[in-house]
Amino acid sequence: MSSPISVIREPLVRGHKTYHQITEDLISPTEKTPGKGWIIGFILSVSILAFGIFCILWTIWHGIGTWDLNRTIGWGWDITNFVWWIGIGHAGTLISAILLLFRQKWRTGVNRAAEAMTIFAVMCAGLFPLIHMGRIWMAMFIFPYPNTRGPLWPNFNSPLLWDVFAISTYFTVSLLFWYTGLVPDFATVRDRASGFRKKIYNFLSFGWTGSAKHWQRWEALSLVLAGIATPLVLSVHTIVSFDFATSVIPGWHTTIFPPYFVAGAIFSGFAMVLTLMIVTRKILNLQEYITIAHIESMNKVIVVTGTIVGVAYLTELFIAWYSGYVYEQFAFFNRAFGPYWWSYFGMMFCNVLSPQIFWSRKMRRNITVTFWISILINVGMWFERFVIIATTLARDYLPSSWSLYSPTWVEIGIFIGTMGLFSTLYLIFCRVAPVVAVAEVKSILKTAGDQYTGPDAIYHGHNHGHGGGVHGIIEGTDYHAMHGHGGHGGHGDHGGHGGHQEHTDHRAHETHSHAATATAKETGAQVAGASTAAAASQKMDYNIPDYGGLKDDLTKIEGIGPKTERALNSVGINSFAALSEMEVDVIQDILDKADGNFLSSPESWPEQAQLAAEGRWSELQVLQDKLNGGKY
Amino acid sequence: MAENTKSIMAGKQITYGLYNDETDMMAAVKHANVKHLEIMDVFSPFPVHGLDPILGLSESRLHIAGFIYGLLGTLTAFLGMTWIFTKDWPIVFGGKPYWSVPAFIPITFELTVLFAAVGMTFTFYILCGLGPGVTNKVLDDRITDDKFCIAFDESEVSRGEAESFFSSTGATEFHSKVL
Repeated sequence: MSSPISVIREPLVRGHKTYHQITEDLISPTEKTPGKGWIIGFILSVSILAFGIFCILWTIWHGIGTWDLNRTIGWGWDITNFVWWIGIGHAGTLISAILLLFRQKWRTGVNRAAEAMTIFAVMCAGLFPLIHMGRIWMAMFIFPYPNTRGPLWPNFNSPLLWDVFAISTYFTVSLLFWYTGLVPDFATVRDRASGFRKKIYNFLSFGWTGSAKHWQRWEALSLVLAGIATPLVLSVHTIVSFDFATSVIPGWHTTIFPPYFVAGAIFSGFAMVLTLMIVTRKILNLQEYITIAHIESMNKVIVVTGTIVGVAYLTELFIAWYSGYVYEQFAFFNRAFGPYWWSYFGMMFCNVLSPQIFWSRKMRRNITVTFWISILINVGMWFERFVIIATTLARDYLPSSWSLYSPTWVEIGIFIGTMGLFSTLYLIFCRVAPVVAVAEVKSILKTAGDQYTGPDAIYHGHNHGHGGGVHGIIEGTDYHAMHGHGGHGGHGDHGGHGGHQEHTDHRAHETHSHAATATAKETGAQVAGASTAAAASQKMDYNIPDYGGLKDDLTKIEGIGPKTERALNSVGINSFAALSEMEVDVIQDILDKADGNFLSSPESWPEQAQLAAEGRWSELQVLQDKLNGGKY
Repeated sequence: MAENTKSIMAGKQITYGLYNDETDMMAAVKHANVKHLEIMDVFSPFPVHGLDPILGLSESRLHIAGFIYGLLGTLTAFLGMTWIFTKDWPIVFGGKPYWSVPAFIPITFELTVLFAAVGMTFTFYILCGLGPGVTNKVLDDRITDDKFCIAFDESEVSRGEAESFFSSTGATEFHSKVL
């Protein structure tokens, strides 16, 4: 048996799943009776939601005088919450649409939950403008329909009406996209169910059969929906920013708003996806589908968008100063040093400074750090909207009408209530639908999973009979060997996988890919033979130990990059074992004679290579933590 | 080949074989092409890439429908707003012209997307004969799990021919069923 892996990318599906195992793992949460945690969470969410509904009814009954808005501050928590929720609702469609167009396969692990989150967040967001209108029973006046009032039409030139169109379109398209993706998975649930459940899922799955033509159309539909949802998702927050940017309020009417809002929306959306997915993967045991690689990819998006937001904040400040416009200058001075200075600095800290930690790969791959940073960002993005809205309005043109604002219990209650709505819907979703897209994960198993079969795939598990003792040692640390598993045909004991710690799992993978490389390829001799005749003669000069076709990834040694690796390979040092037997002076001599400048010092390489050759990865890790760029 | 579920619904006698792996199934489809065996349909738990051309499926024209729906949305929005603000009830907003084209762009864009998405999705479900309340019989419950299925209509390919085909192409099992 052999199971191939990719040499280039980290697998996005781990644990050597079979198709059936994927079905088991992803569908079974919908088939079990809910656990205690879920029930407690659900009761809590519904109670919070009930309080939120009470506050909304209170507002509708008594009017929005129950909020602490005043003549100066007409938008307070309501619009702050609206923009916050809409921003959160941006990650889902971004993940499913933009990442589909860019063929980013890591989307498959998180797209389903992220899209669900989008839909729920947009529902929460939509509530605020509706109740903010005061007379919610006349909410249909915002839509253009033939009416008996003239007919009187809404103002199509108003950004607020653009918002109505943008958000209702966004909600509809996201819902269609999400549900169409769910249909095949509901069919999978249906075909495993019996009795009444089968009837329900038969209804939900729309009679899906999995016919080739249906799949073809399904893919065509997904692709076009992704194509049109991509500009849509960018347009929605652009239009939300127009609510402010087209006004005459200093601090609002800036042209930077659309890109700045869109980046902020993606930023906050990804933060919320991370918060939710870190909890979900733990509770539903989905660590093999939502891997550290997924979390790292999302953290990369976080650091990019967070930095864009930071640049936007600074640009605003610069332009306020550079414009020479005193009202604009005052607006920004007031934000930073006025009565709400704490929200400004809270925003700066949470949104600009805190994500910078993700420049470090170690931090990007640390679950605890990621979770807390994601919470910080959620808070920080709420502060951002509060700074833009309440702080700016509090100090307007006329100092005589300057005012202050603090929310009443009703406003706080409504905001918390939307969180209750969001979590109630999310908990229901986790119960009735597979949280990870089953069919899509199956479709990437052999292109991006740990059973990669592409052209550069490496097959392992065979003993090609070369490499001698060193080979044997490496084989001993092989992930597969430890788990008694023999390729994708048969999966031994699934239960054994649940307990993996993230860290050891990752380490095991690296060992595994290394072992694969070491034992791989019948073409081993060709790899060695790839060096030219000249190199072969050099090889004699340096007295390089011969390990046959053994070929390791030397860049695993701290201080060796791809360029250095090529230089070493050119003289015949292809394996850890060979490198470990070299003298430091000789390696330095090789580097000096090779093309290019090599700044790193090889002093620690033989020691590192020795550990690597013997498969003592954890000791190597400890050593590398102490080393500084490969130097002692 | 019969392309949609209507043919399956018609109460036909069907011989089908199940494969464990999509590569085995694809190889079998190629084999059937060589032997000129008319495949009725192929079912799989996920979209198998590269299957459509060897199965002789023409490219989906759903995107053309999407374009037409989108165009319809563009026209509805733009002409609608134009008619309302120049003919039906002209109002001056902030001293701007009645027909202020730049201000119409956002809504025009949103309706283009809305019409295209809704229209295409509904077309998709109607073309596939899928929808709420539709019940299609399935050949095997494991097709939505981990089996890849090739189905022959018995009126086109005899049961004996089909069975020898399945056993020679590595199907793990094969059955006959009336749908």
